[in-house]
Amino acid sequence: MAERRDEKMSTVVDIQGLSKSFGSHEVLKDINFSVNKGEVVTIIGSSGSGKSTLLRCVNLLEKPSGGQIIYNGENILDDKHNVHQYRKNLGMVFQSFNLFNNHNVLGNCVVGQIKVLKRSKEEAEKVAKKYLHVVGMDAYVEAKPRQLSGGQKQRVAIARALSMEPDVMLFDEPTSALDPEMVGEVLKVMKELAGTGLTMLIVTHEMEFAREVSDRVVFMDKGVIAEEGTPEQIFNAPQKDRTKEFLQRTRK
Amino acid sequence: MSIEWIIRIVVEYWPMFLRGAGVTLLIALIGTVFGALIGLLSGVLRTIPMPEKGSKRLLLKVVNLILSAYIEFFRGTPMIVQAMVIFYGAAMAFGYQMDPLIAGIVIVSINTGAYMAEIVRGGIISVDQGQYEAAQAIGMNHVQTMMNVVLPQVIRNILPATGNQFIINIKDTAVLSVISISELFFQTNSIAGNNFRYFESFFVVCIIYFIMTYTVTLILRYIERRMDGPANYVIAGEMDTAEDIKRKTTGA
Ligand SMILES: Nc1ncnc2c1ncn2[C@@H]1O[C@H](COP(=O)(O)OP(=O)(O)OP(=O)(O)O)[C@@H](O)[C@H]1O
Ligand SMILES: [Mg+2]
Repeated sequence: MAERRDEKMSTVVDIQGLSKSFGSHEVLKDINFSVNKGEVVTIIGSSGSGKSTLLRCVNLLEKPSGGQIIYNGENILDDKHNVHQYRKNLGMVFQSFNLFNNHNVLGNCVVGQIKVLKRSKEEAEKVAKKYLHVVGMDAYVEAKPRQLSGGQKQRVAIARALSMEPDVMLFDEPTSALDPEMVGEVLKVMKELAGTGLTMLIVTHEMEFAREVSDRVVFMDKGVIAEEGTPEQIFNAPQKDRTKEFLQRTRK
Repeated sequence: MSIEWIIRIVVEYWPMFLRGAGVTLLIALIGTVFGALIGLLSGVLRTIPMPEKGSKRLLLKVVNLILSAYIEFFRGTPMIVQAMVIFYGAAMAFGYQMDPLIAGIVIVSINTGAYMAEIVRGGIISVDQGQYEAAQAIGMNHVQTMMNVVLPQVIRNILPATGNQFIINIKDTAVLSVISISELFFQTNSIAGNNFRYFESFFVVCIIYFIMTYTVTLILRYIERRMDGPANYVIAGEMDTAEDIKRKTTGA
C-alpha cells in the first residue's frame, strides 16, 4: 500500500456533507472525509464532540440526518440499499466489547460468518481460529465471555470483526473501558493489524498510539472536523487554536 | 379414623388419581409450551423496530394493536370464565361440542401466552442494547439477531418465569373441571362424591399436587444449571500457563 500513497488512492468509504441531529440537538455538522484502502485514520477530540456518533453513522447504527455515504461508488443512504448487506463490509469494535453472551469465544467469531456470509461451519471455524491466533486468543476457544478479562474480551471482539473479513475496521475507543494494565495488550494487537495494511478507522483517546499508527489524524470539535492531517502536522504543528488547546489539555 | 380412610382412598382409587394427574400434567405441559411459543412470537413481533414510513409500518401497528388487545383481554379476565365462554361459544358457533381436553389445552395455551408475551417482552428489553448493536454491526437482520443472539439469552432469562407459569398451570387446570375435563380436581370430586370422605380425598390430592409442582421445580433448577454450563473452561492444549500462551502467540 505504501508505494501508492502519493497517487490517487482507492476510497473505501467517502462521507459527504454528513449531518446528524438528535431532536433539535445537532451533533454532527457537514462532515466530509474519506477513508482510503490500507489507510489508518484516527479520530481524536474532546468528549461529546461527536466522534462515536460519526463512527456509528458510518455503519448506520445511527441514521444520518443528511448527507451521503458513498461505498463502492453508490450512496448507501438511498432507500434501495440494504443496510445489512452494507454492514457486513465493515467491522466494528465497541468500547464495551459486546461479545455475544450466549456464545463461547469460537461461537462469537463463527456465528456471523455462518449466518450472514453463509460460510460452512468448517470454513468459518478455520477463519475464526486464524484471527483468534492473530489476537492471541486461540487457546481460549471454549471460554465464555464472562470468564474473560476485559483485555481478552476486546481481543476476541477484534477477532470476531476480522473473521467477517471486512473492507474496513471501525474502532470506537477500544481501550477506554479497560483497566490500565490491559490497555497495552489491545493496542499491541491493533498496531500489528495496522502493520498488515488493514484499513482502520479508530476513535481513540490514546494520543501516543494515534501518533504512532495513524496515516492521518482527524480532530473533531463540537460536531465538525476542525483539523485533519498527518500525525506530524496535527501533533507537532497544529494550525488551529482549538487543536492546540485540546492537545495541551491531553498532555497534562 | 382419618388415616385409615386416607390409606383406603389411595389403595382403592389410585388409578383415578393417576389418570387425573396425567390429564392435569398433559394440559399444563402442552399449555405452557404453546403459551411460551405464543409469548416468544408475540414478544419478537412487539419489539420489531418501527419503520419510519410505508405499508410495513401500518401492518406492524395493526399487529401490535391486536397483540395488545389479546394480552390485556386474557390477563384481565378469569380463566374459569374464559373456559366457559370458549367451550360453550364454540359449541354455539360451530354447532358441535369441542373435545373438552382439546378445549382445555387451547384455553391454557392462550392464557399462558398472554402472560408469557409480557414476560418475553421484558426479557428482550433486559438484554443489553450492545448485544443487538454487535449483531447488527456484523450484518445480521432483525430475525437473525433474534434467533442467534437475543432469544437464546431471553430464553435463559425467562426460564424461571416459565417454570413458575408451568406450576401455576398445574394448579389452575383445576378450574377446567367446570367444562367436565377429567383432570385431577374433577377426579377427586368424583371420588369424594362416591365415598363422602371430602377431607380425606382432598387431603390426598393436595399431596399429589404438591409432589407434581415440587418435582417440576427441581427439574427446572437442574435445567438452569445445565444451561449455565460449567463454571470453568479448559484452555486448548490444557494446562497452558499464561507464559505458554504468550510464547505460542509470539511464535517464539
Ligand atoms: N442517542 C442519543 N440521543 C441524544 N443525544 C445523543 C445520543 N447519542 C449521543 N448524543 C449526544 O451527541 C453528542 C456527541 O456524542 P458522542 O457520543 O458522539 O461524543 P464522543 O465524541 O464520542 O464523546 P466521548 O469521547 O465521550 O465518547 C453528545 O452531546 C451526546 O450527548
Ligand atoms: Mg464516544
